[in-house]
Amino acid sequence: MSRRLYSIAAIFKKPDEIMNAAEKVSSAGYTKFDVNTPYPLHGMDHAMKLKPTNIPYVTLIMGLVGFTFAVFLQWWTNGSAMQIGAHDLMLPRWLERYPFVIGGKPLFSLPAFIPVIFELTVLSAALSTIAAMLGGFCGLPHNSHPLHDTDYIKACSCDQYGIYIESNDPNFDEAKVEALFKELGAFEVVSIYRPFEQRPGFISHALFFGFLIATAVGVSGKAYFVYNNLLYARLVIPGYGVIKLDDYIPYNWLVNQPRLDAQEKSTFFKDGRSMQTPVVNTIARGYMPYKYAGNADAANNDKVNPLSLTKENIELGEKMYKITCSMCHGDFAKGEGRLHGLFPTPPSLHSSKLKKWSDARIYHVIVEGQNVMPSYAKQLDENERWAIIHYIRALQRAMDAKESDLK
Amino acid sequence: MNIDYSKHVPLVEGTTNLREIDDVIAAPMENPNNPRFLLALFVSLSLMIGCGGTALYNLLGFGTGTWGNQNPVMWGWPIVNFVFWVGIGHAGTLISAILFLMRQTWRNSIARFAEAMTIFAVITALTFPLLHTGRPWLAHYLLPYPNERALWVNFRSPLLWDVFAVSTYFCVSFFFWYVGLIPDFATMRDRTTHKVKKFIYSVLSLGWRFSNRHWQHYERAYLILAGLCTPLVLSVHSIVSFDFAVSLIPGWHTTIFPPYFVAGAIFSGFAMVLTVLIIVRKVFYMEHMITVNHLERMAKVLMATGLMVGYAYSMEFFIAWYSGVEAESFIFINRAFGPYAWAYWTMITCNVIFPQVFWFKKLRRNIPVIFIISITTNIGMWFERFVITVTSLHRDYLPSSWGYFTPTVYDGLLYLGSFGLFFTGVILFARFAPVIAMAELKAVVEGAQPSHHGGDHE
Repeated sequence: MSRRLYSIAAIFKKPDEIMNAAEKVSSAGYTKFDVNTPYPLHGMDHAMKLKPTNIPYVTLIMGLVGFTFAVFLQWWTNGSAMQIGAHDLMLPRWLERYPFVIGGKPLFSLPAFIPVIFELTVLSAALSTIAAMLGGFCGLPHNSHPLHDTDYIKACSCDQYGIYIESNDPNFDEAKVEALFKELGAFEVVSIYRPFEQRPGFISHALFFGFLIATAVGVSGKAYFVYNNLLYARLVIPGYGVIKLDDYIPYNWLVNQPRLDAQEKSTFFKDGRSMQTPVVNTIARGYMPYKYAGNADAANNDKVNPLSLTKENIELGEKMYKITCSMCHGDFAKGEGRLHGLFPTPPSLHSSKLKKWSDARIYHVIVEGQNVMPSYAKQLDENERWAIIHYIRALQRAMDAKESDLK
Repeated sequence: MNIDYSKHVPLVEGTTNLREIDDVIAAPMENPNNPRFLLALFVSLSLMIGCGGTALYNLLGFGTGTWGNQNPVMWGWPIVNFVFWVGIGHAGTLISAILFLMRQTWRNSIARFAEAMTIFAVITALTFPLLHTGRPWLAHYLLPYPNERALWVNFRSPLLWDVFAVSTYFCVSFFFWYVGLIPDFATMRDRTTHKVKKFIYSVLSLGWRFSNRHWQHYERAYLILAGLCTPLVLSVHSIVSFDFAVSLIPGWHTTIFPPYFVAGAIFSGFAMVLTVLIIVRKVFYMEHMITVNHLERMAKVLMATGLMVGYAYSMEFFIAWYSGVEAESFIFINRAFGPYAWAYWTMITCNVIFPQVFWFKKLRRNIPVIFIISITTNIGMWFERFVITVTSLHRDYLPSSWGYFTPTVYDGLLYLGSFGLFFTGVILFARFAPVIAMAELKAVVEGAQPSHHGGDHE
């Protein structure tokens, strides 16, 4: 089996000589030839009659793609008052929009979006330029090329200048090419053969990428499982206890803090508890002590409802009444609640006794309870109690409406 | 002084033999038994693992409370160090991209090294904001990715701009650096006879074969990348300055911040490049490739940027007075004469006064002098960030919450550890990759370009 010829190559020692050679070879009508130089030579593209490269278009287009993506990303996530969400467009929940106002700026505040737009434009343009140059325009990685491992490429990668004409050039003729190179004053003329077999080259494309992917998947996958196993591993030592990784820095993820958790034992306080009762006479915000505690008559004499009678407050009262009171007293306060029959039926709130009570007297019942009704002070804050009373008054009036109320 | 500017200053001294250039640059990679390299690696690794590791263990175990950060100075050393290291990175991109666009061919012998410093400086810088978040394992919350919480980041925050700016800067610088390395890895692939090394270099060089049909695309892509890196590097430190300038703290809320930060970044970056290069050229016998001419030009840049920074310092003072804003005037008087006056005057001395020695050609070409000035500049620029961050925070609008910032030992250990991380990266790079761009350097050697196409190219 004979070796198949790939090309005839010539080596020159001077940059001027290789320029001349490239010019002559391209003028002689050869198209499948190339020049190998240790560094780019000025004017060689012209000598080889190469067309200008199209890389700038890649940069432009991908820069615009990055720009558009950045604008869209920021508009969709942060910057749109649009009432349509991911759900309406049948998008998954993790693509839901999250518009919010910062510093009173409009939702789509373009000046604040410019830095990210700029960065993503540059990132997209730069990375795609590199990827297009290497992968697209130069066809790299390509480690199985016939030139590799020849003395020719070793000379050209260091200090000499080479030119070769491929054997599949339409004008190729072994003798003619050799004569041409000799005539040009080549220091050396060599024949470069293709490898014997379709030698895959031990790092050909598929193999190389396969190796990379396999290594990446293998290493990260194994590391993930080993790591997880370690994180949740429990080593029980009889007589000592359990050793586990999450007791140790940094795998406790700052969970073990010097502060005391609720119900934890404390060696600092005398009673050995971490939770301490507040100092005597401490009043929590919004929990003013009830001033008519145990004194219903005093409450009845107080005629003031401190909460103003507005639509919002009546609505709040309705809401809280339905949540807190309606199951026993009923939606219309007649004692027809949903728990009717399970408990002693509460009296109707439309009785003349109740109508005569002051608001503060009803408040007194809510806070302190009455008969089987317990205190609702824990469930309702002050505003809610007064709002409920407004609502009860509204119910009373509605149940006993007069002609004049209809106006 | 009689300087003949028409005279051509050689970029490579002594030899114009291309093979010798390869030999010298490849020497550190081919002679593994260099005791000086091992000693340097040992020192930097001990800094990184000993100091940095201790600080990190403490931080991850007990939280950021181990640092000196405390009300009102919540941005202490971590942010000072972040800005310091990001700034150092900028010189690399300036040298490799901006000087490339300006056709300054003298950059070719220092560009590779400066780019490597960019990479490692940005990595070092990134560790600080990540650790400053307190729980760095949740750092992915900073990125806008679709998530099960249906939350997105706040795109109007300068801190988020920073995430984008620094990570974009890192990616683009890294690939720019790698693209430059491809031909050199190919040269190394063809030089080596070792099977494993050959495999590694083959993979890294992607099978580059110095074809002119490839060089054509390569050169254009490189030019485009340089063009993209130039606004990028300016944007990165501008955005870092937005972290300060977009807030309302007196002394931070000024429009001069972006250019002022960029000039300072280049200033500090050149200083660090000089410091490290002076050592490297000595250790690896590269004095005839990284010549005194290179160092002199860098000293000139150092002085020019030092003057810009000095201008910014004085302009800040002027505007503080001219604006008539009481808090602003106070903060600047407090900077210069308050409890942190020592830091302020260290900064002024190191950044504005010392670099003035470079007005004299003799001192500009004196390597020990350049070395000393480069180190004082590093110190001065660290103090600049310290002054900006700490003095503005420690006394702001509300006198009742004034305080004095004191770092803890863990601040110091983490800072030393960051030097360990940076130098470990730089030393390993110098050992395993060509520290000078072979292909780029060969292209500017005397007689390397064809005579009738050369034009005005050196």
